[in-house]
Amino acid sequence: MNIELIIGILNIVLISTTPLVFAGIGELVTEKSGVLNLGLEGLMLVGAVTGFITLVLTGNYFYSLFFSIISGVILSGIFAFLVLNLMTNQIATGLALTIFGIGLSAMLGKKFSGTPIEGLNPYYFITISFLLVFLVSYFLSKTKSGLIVRAVGENHNSAYALGYNVIKTRYMTIIFGGIMSSIAGFYISICYAPMWQEGMTAGRGWIALALVVFATWKPWRLLVGAYIFGGVAIMQMNLQAMGVKLPGQFFNMMPYLATIIVLVFISSNKLRLKLSAPASLNIPFEKNQ
Amino acid sequence: MQPIVEFQNICKEYPGVVANNNVSFEITRQSIHAILGENGAGKSTLVKILYGHVKPDKGQIIINSDLATINSPTTAQSLGINMVFQHFSLFESLTVAENLILGMSEKISLSKLKSKSESICNKYGFNLNLNSPISALSVGQRQSVEIVRSLLNNPEILIMDEPTSVLTPEEIKKLFKIIKKLVADGLTVIFISHKLDEIINLSDHVTIMRNGKVVSNLTTKNEDPESLGYKMLGYKVSKTKQINNINYSEDVLSLNNLSSYSQDPFTTNLNKINFKLKKGQIFGIAGVAGNGQKELMEILLNENDYEFNGNIIFKNININKLSTFQRKSLSISYVTEQRLGHSAVPEMSLSENILLSMNHKAEFKRGDFINFDRINSYANDVIKNFNVDTPSFNVKAGKLSGGNLQKFIIGREIMSNPELLILSQPTWGIDAGSEAFIKKSLIELSQKGVSIIIISHDLDELLEVCHNISVLYEGSLSKSLNVENIDITKLGKYMGGLFD
Amino acid sequence: MVYLISIKLRDDYSNFIFYLSPLVAVVLTLFFGSFIFLILDLSPIESFKIFFISPISNSYGISELFVKATPLAIIALGLSYCFKNNIYNIGAEGQLTMGAIFGGGIGLLFNDSTSIFLLPLMILFGAIGGAFWASIPALLKTKFNTNEILTSLMLTYVALFILDYFVVGPWKDPAGYGLPKSMPFPDAGRLPVLFDGLRIHIGVFFAIIICFITHIVYNKTLFGFKLRVSGLSSKASQYAGFKYKNLIFYTFIISGACAGLAGLFEVSGPIGLLYRDISPNYGFTAIIVAFLGRLNPIGIILSSLLIALTYLGAEDAQLFLKIPSAVGFVFQGLVLFFLLGTDFLNKYKVSIS
Repeated sequence: MNIELIIGILNIVLISTTPLVFAGIGELVTEKSGVLNLGLEGLMLVGAVTGFITLVLTGNYFYSLFFSIISGVILSGIFAFLVLNLMTNQIATGLALTIFGIGLSAMLGKKFSGTPIEGLNPYYFITISFLLVFLVSYFLSKTKSGLIVRAVGENHNSAYALGYNVIKTRYMTIIFGGIMSSIAGFYISICYAPMWQEGMTAGRGWIALALVVFATWKPWRLLVGAYIFGGVAIMQMNLQAMGVKLPGQFFNMMPYLATIIVLVFISSNKLRLKLSAPASLNIPFEKNQ
Repeated sequence: MQPIVEFQNICKEYPGVVANNNVSFEITRQSIHAILGENGAGKSTLVKILYGHVKPDKGQIIINSDLATINSPTTAQSLGINMVFQHFSLFESLTVAENLILGMSEKISLSKLKSKSESICNKYGFNLNLNSPISALSVGQRQSVEIVRSLLNNPEILIMDEPTSVLTPEEIKKLFKIIKKLVADGLTVIFISHKLDEIINLSDHVTIMRNGKVVSNLTTKNEDPESLGYKMLGYKVSKTKQINNINYSEDVLSLNNLSSYSQDPFTTNLNKINFKLKKGQIFGIAGVAGNGQKELMEILLNENDYEFNGNIIFKNININKLSTFQRKSLSISYVTEQRLGHSAVPEMSLSENILLSMNHKAEFKRGDFINFDRINSYANDVIKNFNVDTPSFNVKAGKLSGGNLQKFIIGREIMSNPELLILSQPTWGIDAGSEAFIKKSLIELSQKGVSIIIISHDLDELLEVCHNISVLYEGSLSKSLNVENIDITKLGKYMGGLFD
Repeated sequence: MVYLISIKLRDDYSNFIFYLSPLVAVVLTLFFGSFIFLILDLSPIESFKIFFISPISNSYGISELFVKATPLAIIALGLSYCFKNNIYNIGAEGQLTMGAIFGGGIGLLFNDSTSIFLLPLMILFGAIGGAFWASIPALLKTKFNTNEILTSLMLTYVALFILDYFVVGPWKDPAGYGLPKSMPFPDAGRLPVLFDGLRIHIGVFFAIIICFITHIVYNKTLFGFKLRVSGLSSKASQYAGFKYKNLIFYTFIISGACAGLAGLFEVSGPIGLLYRDISPNYGFTAIIVAFLGRLNPIGIILSSLLIALTYLGAEDAQLFLKIPSAVGFVFQGLVLFFLLGTDFLNKYKVSIS
């Protein structure tokens, strides 16, 4: 166990888990306002492919990031319209978004698959991810807008009674989440891989969902949790090399099992549930006209 | 001095009910003004209009001699009107400070908020820790947060809707002191209440409303609880109807020392409820909503395994531990207050709604298979015998009018030959014809020996149909009064909480 | 002119609109789909022919349609029990996997058996595996009130890792060149096909039988009635004396068993052994099938055929149009979006004044 190995592992963990931080922090804000968006995987893939295609076509990283973000805005905007204005089932809509996103990204990316690009230094985004966690944490706990987001997620009827626009608030948090997920996708295809391949997010969208719950909706815990999740995945490869007898899949499972345990823990004690989870989560807001 | 608020001919109608019918009265500046009345009197609608939650169909409101158009709570607040709701709009997991900030329309820094709220708390004796989450506060403290939140907006007028319904006696005393001090400092307080002793103790003026109309405007010091109670019910005396005597002598049901306790502050705890019911007797439980009717019904129905002490004895059997299913199997039938979404499913046909209530009966099933022929013919019988206006039993329940649906539901229960029938608000919101039909059916039913309990906010209904009435107030049940030659003054006092 | 759009909850329940909206959704999907083909420089008419018509233009194609529709239908039928009760079992993919593991495990354990009891035993264990896996989120919900959406989802990944463990570890075929797959099941453990040369297997009959049973359960039994009431109004369900917790448990078990069955049919049927990719997302797509079929057994059969067609069409599109097979997902996602959108008009009346 020497320093170089540790630094090497840390490096790998940082680089590979940053997408989780972006997607996770976006979903955290969305869920804090009371909306559950299961469409992260789709958003990430479309963000990835859009960024990739733009880079191939223009060679400009800024345009690439820009269009990647636009794709996130459009898709999450559609999601927001469906669940907020048309009051559709959030679970089904999020699922549709994921499935659609998987398909759409594969179709758009087909022509460009295999095109080599020059990747961007991941450390730009790694630094941004830390900054982001700090900003979101500050936003939610210290600003009035963040307070409104929390209030809407806690009790949308009371928020409405006090004159706050529940729908507008949720539009903003959903689109923020969409932007974050598409940036996560951009990072994967432009900084991490860097390339485009169908389905390359490999389930990270679902992991990000688990992460938000595991972190009990607290931004700094999300950061730590992301590294635990990512770290475990990396560690299991190294542990095998070091002769640890337990099968690698056992370690891979751990984050998911741990999330289930956290879920049970926070839901069985009603008080804990109140202090952690946004109470309006997944309940559509119906204004009586 | 001109009045601070003047209502002029306020009218508001909802489908099927006139909530406010030409309401006109004045509120004196720097006074405590009570609005007294039973459920459905129109008090809540009126203050919601004042606070901008509801727009009146007709009429004006004059505030400080200016005509006011109050479109929303924000407008109301800018006119100096604030409201403390009966069911608080607080955010459980957020702190007191955060809840206060959310209630304020202007931006305020945390330190300014702290100093402002601290000075308010010190002045009026509120004891609030700004950093505590709401979930950790007692109900009295939560109400304090609501009040402080209103006061931070520098209101001139403070509306309070049934402010003492969730408080302990100690907290009530404290609240009264605070209100008196607020008024001494220049505020005008309007509060809604049905509690006579509180109105006598606290208010300067009281407006009595009934069925959407103003019945009287009084100066409180000229009144006493009896006169208030009488005036609240006064014209009812002529409405009592003679019904037949009870023909039987056996006791069918007795509730012994029924008490319940719940952690939820918005639940009324029941306090040693005692009554006995004879065969063929129709017993009415009156009272303003929120005094324990819901809790009593839940215990009788046992939908939720509600915890309670005391006994419910039905025909010499202790039914405390029996589930809804088991109680129904003993021939106890129920009609709940909410029709669609409780005693009937709107998306299902009338036949299926028969099954909803009658699934405990063996005749309607063979094993787990439903016997549709039997159910359909039962539904047909109900439709025929209870004048339900509908083409067939296949019609979905949601398509029926309120009156027809209620006739169907009550008919469904009556035709199952219950020995005890318990109804909650049986004739609210339905047409006069259906109402009369239901009342007639209940009287006929009692003559056949069925015992009936009616829990209702509508005294007219109870006085027409019941043999005797008790009043439920803050979880306690009053002595029962015979309806025949009833002492209205006593009834009024009971309704206002002054038991013998 | 100021227009006020008012939205009111409908008080009339129209069966017509209820069953019309899936059709409208499909039509809208086709319409949008043609745009997508245009963007890719393809003729919409040609593309639709390749996507929807050519896959089923011969007997092999029709057989493949049923091969794909069978697991979708079985899973979706099982899911309909949960969804009718407003319980969101998102973990069908995991339950399918566990069914394959349990049932397939039996097949591997008795690898040289020729008994006619082997296949029935595998089928039984397939159902047990799925039911067992579904019972976990069920119990967590009834005992601890834990949200079933996230627990069932997490367990999907756990199940996939368990499968992975077995096929690279203890169950790896020693004669398999080191590839992560198990030994093939014995002939006695293979699902019989209906016609020589075609892959359509007896799983189809199971789908039809389950459809039939489900229809009877929903419409003629008290259990089905309890489910429907519980999904429509929990208060009415209490008034009726129904026990919610029991219903949660039963519906999860049923849907888990169905998913497990589907998983076993896949590995014992077309696949013939255990390996990593036993399901192309069937557990998730079945959710779309269930919604599109309006949670109605016949509707589910029809929608499973339609969605199966999108799988086949996607494969053919990859072959002939050179676009990735994931285009099938685009159609699936679109149809669900449109269905959810048109469902809005089903529940609410919009008026402009």
